[in-house]
Amino acid sequence: MDYFIELFCSGLTRGAIYALIALGYTMVYGIIGLINFAHGEIYMIGAFTSFIVATVLSIYGFPLLAIVVLAGLAAVVWSSAYGYTVEKIAYKPLRHAPRLSPLISAIGMSIFLQNYVLLAQTSDFLPFPTLIPEFAFMEPVAHIVGSTDIVILITTTIMMLILTVVIKGTKVGKAMRATSQDRTMAMLVGINVNRIISVTFIIGSALAAVGGLLIASHIGQINFFIGFLAGIKAFTAAVLGGIGSIPGAVLGGLVLGLTESFATGYVSSDYEDVFAFSLLVFILIFKPSGLLGKAETKKV
Amino acid sequence: MLKLENIQAGYGNILAIKDVDIEINEGEIITLIGANGAGKSTTLMTISGVVPARSGRILFNGREIQKAEPDEIVRMGICQVPEGRHIFPQLTVKENLDMGAFLRNDTKEIRRDIEYVFSLFPILAERRGQDGGTLSGGEQQMLAMSRALMARPKLLLLDEPSMGLAPLVIRQIFEIIKQINAENNTTIFLVEQNANQALHIADRGYVIENGRIALSGSAEALLKNTEIQKAYLGI
Ligand SMILES: Nc1ncnc2c1ncn2[C@@H]1O[C@H](COP(=O)(O)OP(=O)(O)OP(=O)(O)O)[C@@H](O)[C@H]1O
Ligand SMILES: [Mg+2]
Repeated sequence: MDYFIELFCSGLTRGAIYALIALGYTMVYGIIGLINFAHGEIYMIGAFTSFIVATVLSIYGFPLLAIVVLAGLAAVVWSSAYGYTVEKIAYKPLRHAPRLSPLISAIGMSIFLQNYVLLAQTSDFLPFPTLIPEFAFMEPVAHIVGSTDIVILITTTIMMLILTVVIKGTKVGKAMRATSQDRTMAMLVGINVNRIISVTFIIGSALAAVGGLLIASHIGQINFFIGFLAGIKAFTAAVLGGIGSIPGAVLGGLVLGLTESFATGYVSSDYEDVFAFSLLVFILIFKPSGLLGKAETKKV
Repeated sequence: MLKLENIQAGYGNILAIKDVDIEINEGEIITLIGANGAGKSTTLMTISGVVPARSGRILFNGREIQKAEPDEIVRMGICQVPEGRHIFPQLTVKENLDMGAFLRNDTKEIRRDIEYVFSLFPILAERRGQDGGTLSGGEQQMLAMSRALMARPKLLLLDEPSMGLAPLVIRQIFEIIKQINAENNTTIFLVEQNANQALHIADRGYVIENGRIALSGSAEALLKNTEIQKAYLGI
């Protein structure tokens, strides 16, 4: 039973991270109908930014909490700046081009950012500093669920609650939903659609940056290529949940994380990806729009 | 108030409107009638800044606006109810109305305007928490007009508001258009296929054929014109 709970907790943690990154894919898709293949790289840049800031600050002997907060903030700001810029450079000029063009541009951006970080940093794995300590009060259950798991779950829950409040309750959130439902009409009520698109990229990038920080300190090492697999997994989660649907991204992330964790624990870690992608294929056969995705219904 | 001078606009290789001159004075109801594909919706979308004008000028109160972005146009007081209504399907009725007031910040006045549109269309008050996509066609038209009114437009562009509606609802919609014009002095530019009813509430009308203004004049004159009677009034 302990083993089951352990797998369940590590699955949740993994799933929460997938969900955090998947939100960026799904929100961008919802607004401009584009799979932003460079999103995994934004997450990777978040991990690198927090790595650099955390390393420098620990040399200067900052307290751990200050390091975590500052590294997190730096990652959020820097990744958002990248996400914003990528949209302006690579997607906005192609807004009226055939659908394939921005997709190819996205793949190009992804490759560019990987190689840029490879050149600017190194191809080696870098040891990521331990930002989340083992809490004393977690001692009795430490063999089942680690402190990092708890921190990751709490942080992602908070991020998702904030996102929900923004999307449901604020004017800009309503404008985001309106723009994703009917862009022409959004223009006709006076929404500056370009600005809403930028906001969407910034929010998605900020969430990915937090994911980058969390997972890097969980796994303990990073390199320029980590965005690729994380990106594919998060994208899978978004499709699984129904791309374009925000609750779908969260559900898809959790389902994917749990599937992988149980597959690793009860079968073999060699098969975790096999199970993950089989699940995707299976669900898409029976529900092509994903778990919570809506089939397009438009009434004229 | 609004003046279109030699406006050309289109999509890709298609030039949908070739030479459109229209003048609208404050407080008027002007109608634009024409067959399918004549370029009526394109004319409205060009005024709203969604379809760019390729040449010509659009003047709003003397100011050139043909290069302005759609949100700037709304800010100046020109609002459109597009063809097919374009209700945000997964926003509630109330949220759709909030979106109409997107550029406003006067919360109190916004609340008053919501009460006002609910008084025009009481059914919307009953449906306020329901998703826009679940409304009937007539209710959606009422919501679309209400949403545009939430911006307090000086000039309201209406694209075929009677399309697909039952005769009784059409009469109600036309009554409300007259009422909006009379109560708030909102200028109305009404695109219609339903030429008969449109000309009966309009002051003046324009007829568009193949992207060109073919005819214009007072509503009474157009109603008596034999060509129009044959082509658009089915007489
Ligand atoms: N998005 C578009 N892309 C390409 N061509 C378009 C587009 N929208 C309209 N057109 C073309 O432009 C011309 C004018 O269309 P428009 O929609 O303005 O006509 P309309 O007078 O509003 O017709 P209807 O009464 O059927 O609504 C038509 O030939 C149409 O095929
Ligand atoms: Mg039309």
